[in-house]
Amino acid sequence: MTKLFRRNTIRLAASTMAAGFVLAACGGGPTEPATAEPPPNRPVTITVWSNFADRELEALREVMRRFDESQPNISVEVSGNQDDDKITQAIRGGIPPDVAISSASYHVGLYCSSGAWQDLGPYLERDEVDLSRIPQAVRNYTQYQGTRCSMPMLADTFGLYYNKELFAKAGIDRPPRTMSELTDYAKRLTEFNPDGSIKVAGFVPRMFFYQNYPTVWAPQWGADWVDKKGKSSLATDPAWQRMLRWQKELTDYYGWERLQRFTSKLGLYSSADQGFQTGEIAMVFDGEYRTAFLADQAPDVNYGTAPAPVADDRRNTYGGGYITGSTVGIPRGANQPGAAWEAIKYLSTNTEAQLHLANEFGNVPSTLDAAKHPDLEADERFQTFLDIFTSPHLATSPPTPNGLASIKTVESFLQSWQAGQVDDLPAELADLDQAIDDAKELGRR
Amino acid sequence: MTRAITDTRRAGAPLTSDTPKRRRSLSRHHRGWLLLFLAPWAIGLTVFFLYPLAATLWYSFTDFDGLATPGFVGLRNYVYLFAKDPVVATAAYNTVWLVAVLTVCRVAFALAVASVLARLKRGVGLVRTLCYLPSLVPPVAATITFVFIMAPEGPVSTVLGWLGIEGPLWFSDPALAKPALVLLTLWGSGEIMIIILAALLDVPKELHEAAQLDGAGPWSRFRNITLPSIAPVLLFAVVNTIVFALQYFTQAVVAGSVASGSTFPVGSTRVIGYPADSTLTFTARMFDEGFRAYHMGYASAMAVLLFLVSFAFTAVLIRQLRARSPEAVRS
Repeated sequence: MTKLFRRNTIRLAASTMAAGFVLAACGGGPTEPATAEPPPNRPVTITVWSNFADRELEALREVMRRFDESQPNISVEVSGNQDDDKITQAIRGGIPPDVAISSASYHVGLYCSSGAWQDLGPYLERDEVDLSRIPQAVRNYTQYQGTRCSMPMLADTFGLYYNKELFAKAGIDRPPRTMSELTDYAKRLTEFNPDGSIKVAGFVPRMFFYQNYPTVWAPQWGADWVDKKGKSSLATDPAWQRMLRWQKELTDYYGWERLQRFTSKLGLYSSADQGFQTGEIAMVFDGEYRTAFLADQAPDVNYGTAPAPVADDRRNTYGGGYITGSTVGIPRGANQPGAAWEAIKYLSTNTEAQLHLANEFGNVPSTLDAAKHPDLEADERFQTFLDIFTSPHLATSPPTPNGLASIKTVESFLQSWQAGQVDDLPAELADLDQAIDDAKELGRR
Repeated sequence: MTRAITDTRRAGAPLTSDTPKRRRSLSRHHRGWLLLFLAPWAIGLTVFFLYPLAATLWYSFTDFDGLATPGFVGLRNYVYLFAKDPVVATAAYNTVWLVAVLTVCRVAFALAVASVLARLKRGVGLVRTLCYLPSLVPPVAATITFVFIMAPEGPVSTVLGWLGIEGPLWFSDPALAKPALVLLTLWGSGEIMIIILAALLDVPKELHEAAQLDGAGPWSRFRNITLPSIAPVLLFAVVNTIVFALQYFTQAVVAGSVASGSTFPVGSTRVIGYPADSTLTFTARMFDEGFRAYHMGYASAMAVLLFLVSFAFTAVLIRQLRARSPEAVRS
């Protein structure tokens, strides 16, 4: 009995392993045909997946309802709480939605390079869509190496938030425009307790704290992620070293441990007791959506907004900033690609749709027409982010087929750097470039 | 089993020359039922274990990114794993550290608590429940709470301050982040504690009484009576903790992200490994590669390595477990 059982188990295991290999090898599939006309005179229903929920999902549904009305032969079913993992699994399983909305632009490199999202180029050409209505930086993060597999839906721009009361107390009458001014203001705004601990920080220079990400900072220093050959350029672009040395100097001013103790007691980024909202930080870099957080969680804070300061040798680029945002595309295997394209075109280029979504989400629209439209609800503080959006110095980080791989490598390095554990910065950056390029090779086909 | 099958013939029926054939037929019939009853288990094993295992093994030799058709790349992922990945050695070190420290501390702590509970005369139910409850708290909620409790101005530092000790940075200090995770895990080790408590309560009291009459002290009785009696359960606790530590993920990622105070611009709230990669475990690195960098092939290679290491650990310990089982000891 035992022998029989063992023999059968081994046979079962072996055949299953073999079947597994075969099934696994059958994963993926060919890319969808690039162009398909919307079905004429025949009612179709398309599915739209997004990760939105609650109020945002309702806003999307309302926009899709308006689209529905404008297209008598197309009905739309909108689903929320569908994150990128679920969309990816659905594509692999051959049952994707017709329209997929991703809240993270860093997936675009993968979607375009793998063919998981269809190339929209032929549709754009056929319908003569004018892409110049979308800023160049936004166009950059929605395509990969010439393949436009996604369109922008809404955008997030990043700038400086400053506490006006603390500024007045320190005798400062305007936000900083250069990094030297930011350093000077940060020191003047900082208050220490009698025991030497930080009471109020002018600016927290610690990386990965709230929105202190190299992706957000790099445009202000003009630091490029890759050179013309597509190789990582952290060591070869001197802007990176300038940025890091500035960051380290300001960190040393506070003292690494003192800064750690200070940030450890602050509230979480999304909570009501977030450091800027409690008045414990005088200046922070953040996205336009912080205005909605402040209105909701800390309406009494007297604050202003401005473009983030730039490196001293880049004064002429002041006014720009980092941008990212939601993207929308047609997954491989979609049942109704033609009708899906009509919905995508509506979401990404129709001014009325953009205005409704931007007003409801509290985000920046992704077309210039909508950003300049009088119906866009924008007070003086939100207007700053619209100005950043229309600035010629708007910038983004280049999409890569391996998403956040380089971010993790940089994360690890920066944690050592700011703790004072790096002796030879240029050599370490060169090693970092090598590691990032090695990681890119992992995804090479 | 064979006896049961042959006994199914009619009472008084003569033993004829076709009996072996009939036996074979019945045996085949019986085997069919056997396989039918085994089917749920076999299907579960195939779908949820063998197929994923086979798929993972195959993907580890491909450039699979989670979406496109995987292409065979030979040993490229394994070469990167052993020769090029800049942080995998740190991740492996952290995991080995957790395996070593957690295994000793978790089993010893659970044994100590269970020993105290086994001796309690009053309020046993209440204390036992209180000790078990933390293990029911979801790991994410428990970790976030722990990070704030141990923050510089949190309750732990406040109490230390009353004693004139400046509270350390715990989750923000690379030297203390892993020990802090160990404390968090010990707090939630109620499951192991309950299993050990059950084993302790199973130790015959007569043995202790006899040894006591013979003049054996508490330590001697614990070493010579209690420990051998609960050895199989302790070994199970060790195996359980080793596998738990090899797969340590949620607490490390959540603690690092909360302590860093970060949220990624696009909404993800993960800074994996903070501070200074001291909480970067092997599984966290695997997740990072598979789901943030889309190197699913490489993550599969890491998973294969982790599987082999876990399998080796488990096989060795199960051999030990068998050698120490009461049956083996008696023989």
